[in-house]
Amino acid sequence: MKFKAMTAIAALVISAPFMASADADDDELVVNGEITMVTKTAAPAHLADDVDEIISGWHFRSDETQIMQADDFDNPGMIFVEQAMDDWNTVMGTKDKSCASCHGDVEESMAGVRTVYPKWNDAKETVYTMEMQINDCLTDGMGAEPWKKSGAKMARMEALISVQSRGMPMNVAIDGPAEATWEAGKELYYTRTGQLDLSCASCHEENYGNRIRSDHLSQGQTNGFPVYRLKNAKLTTAHGRFKGCVRDTRAETYKPGSDEFIALELYVASRGNGLSVEAPSVRN
Amino acid sequence: MKLTTLTLVATFAAGAAFAGGMVAPADVAFTEDGAVEASLSGAAGDAANGAKIMTTKSLGNCIACHEVTALSEAPFHGEVGPMLDGVADRWNEAELRGILSDAKRTYDGTVMPAYYKVDGFTRPGKAYTGKAPDGPLDPLLSAQQIEDVVAFLMTLKDE
Ligand code: HEC
Ligand code: HEC
Repeated sequence: MKFKAMTAIAALVISAPFMASADADDDELVVNGEITMVTKTAAPAHLADDVDEIISGWHFRSDETQIMQADDFDNPGMIFVEQAMDDWNTVMGTKDKSCASCHGDVEESMAGVRTVYPKWNDAKETVYTMEMQINDCLTDGMGAEPWKKSGAKMARMEALISVQSRGMPMNVAIDGPAEATWEAGKELYYTRTGQLDLSCASCHEENYGNRIRSDHLSQGQTNGFPVYRLKNAKLTTAHGRFKGCVRDTRAETYKPGSDEFIALELYVASRGNGLSVEAPSVRN
Repeated sequence: MKLTTLTLVATFAAGAAFAGGMVAPADVAFTEDGAVEASLSGAAGDAANGAKIMTTKSLGNCIACHEVTALSEAPFHGEVGPMLDGVADRWNEAELRGILSDAKRTYDGTVMPAYYKVDGFTRPGKAYTGKAPDGPLDPLLSAQQIEDVVAFLMTLKDE
């Protein structure tokens, strides 16, 4: 280390920002008065050297934003879930099928699905995001056109499927055939990009709890995705958020749906293993 | 190559009367401890302009990460970096110039960006567009802008 000539005062000031996690509040999230969310819990074993506790991004938002997520009537993301319910029952493509033709009642067939995505797909021999699975259903299963990656239709269908797992703990597999992809995602998480030379860890591991301009930095968890963002009044997918964060390092971003973001999604999801699925969460 | 960089930097610092003593980002002479002795522009800095650069989002945006009491009228001071009050008691001018030009030479692995550096980045983009750059990068601040910020920081004395 090149810390030379540091006075005791300077050293004190510099250590202060890293006592960060105390800044997450102690509020409790119970949705509709019945689903109690795990928004803070012990970090999964693979993070043992990095953080002790994992904390939902919900804790870093203002009380006004937080409360919108506690009741489906106040959660603006639920409108998109309703729209996706129509899509679920709509017959599409050359095979005259709807999602419901194969999967029936979404509440039953999709419960728990969100907690394990992204996951290894045996037949395709690669890690699949929920979006890839949805597009396979559209093209192969229904003979329809695939939806735009991270587009509005995709985001709301992901929200409809995810909401069936609300309150269940995230639990993506990081070993077995998915391990190489997980490792690639981890590498990306710690790679500094752009002219600002910052990695995901620079902001979400080293500085969560700190303010960066007007924003209160969270751990950048994905258990709330797709999220409803007040800023642009629509749902944002994990890849959409990753793209914005990479852009903010003054970097050339990766594309939503790219191999890089698929790997990153698996890795970031695994950093939230144990937190409740919150989608559609509300953030600014 | 070096010539184009020089011209770019020179045009970037438009407003400076002459580019005579200008040092290009690739030619900055750092001491072993990360300090830079000579003015990057060859001219003195303007502290008032430095204060403006520090609070302007599209320029230094320093208060995104640092709190500075003297700049408290500008909104949204961050807490990612240390509070800068009294910083001139802790560092001399050459050290501050070094921290601004490339903070990693003073603080190993810091998250503070290098404001006078144009290469060695992974996937650098065209400013905040998320797209690939069209040509060589400009430094985040021009030589004269760095000098202006250094001049302002030198006014931050407690003692
Ligand atoms: C320059 C700082 C910075 C960097 C670097 C950065 N982010 Fe973020 N990120 C933010 C800010 C600010 C927010 C909004 C506040 C918050 O939730 O932390 C955010 C939000 C997020 C969220 C939303 C969390 C939620 O609860 O809604 C995710 C996910 C995320 N970031 C992932 C990433 C990933 C993955 C990377 C690296 C590819 C990354 N970030 C790099 C600043 C950054
Ligand atoms: C992304 C965050 C970030 C930005 C933007 C940033 N800094 Fe820093 N800065 C830091 C951190 C963090 C440190 C402490 C070094 C460390 O521990 O890594 C620091 C240290 C410093 C120091 C030494 C402070 C001391 O108390 O000894 C000075 C001076 C400084 N920064 C000035 C600036 C100026 C001027 C700007 C804008 C032109 C700026 N910084 C922009 C994060 C930042």
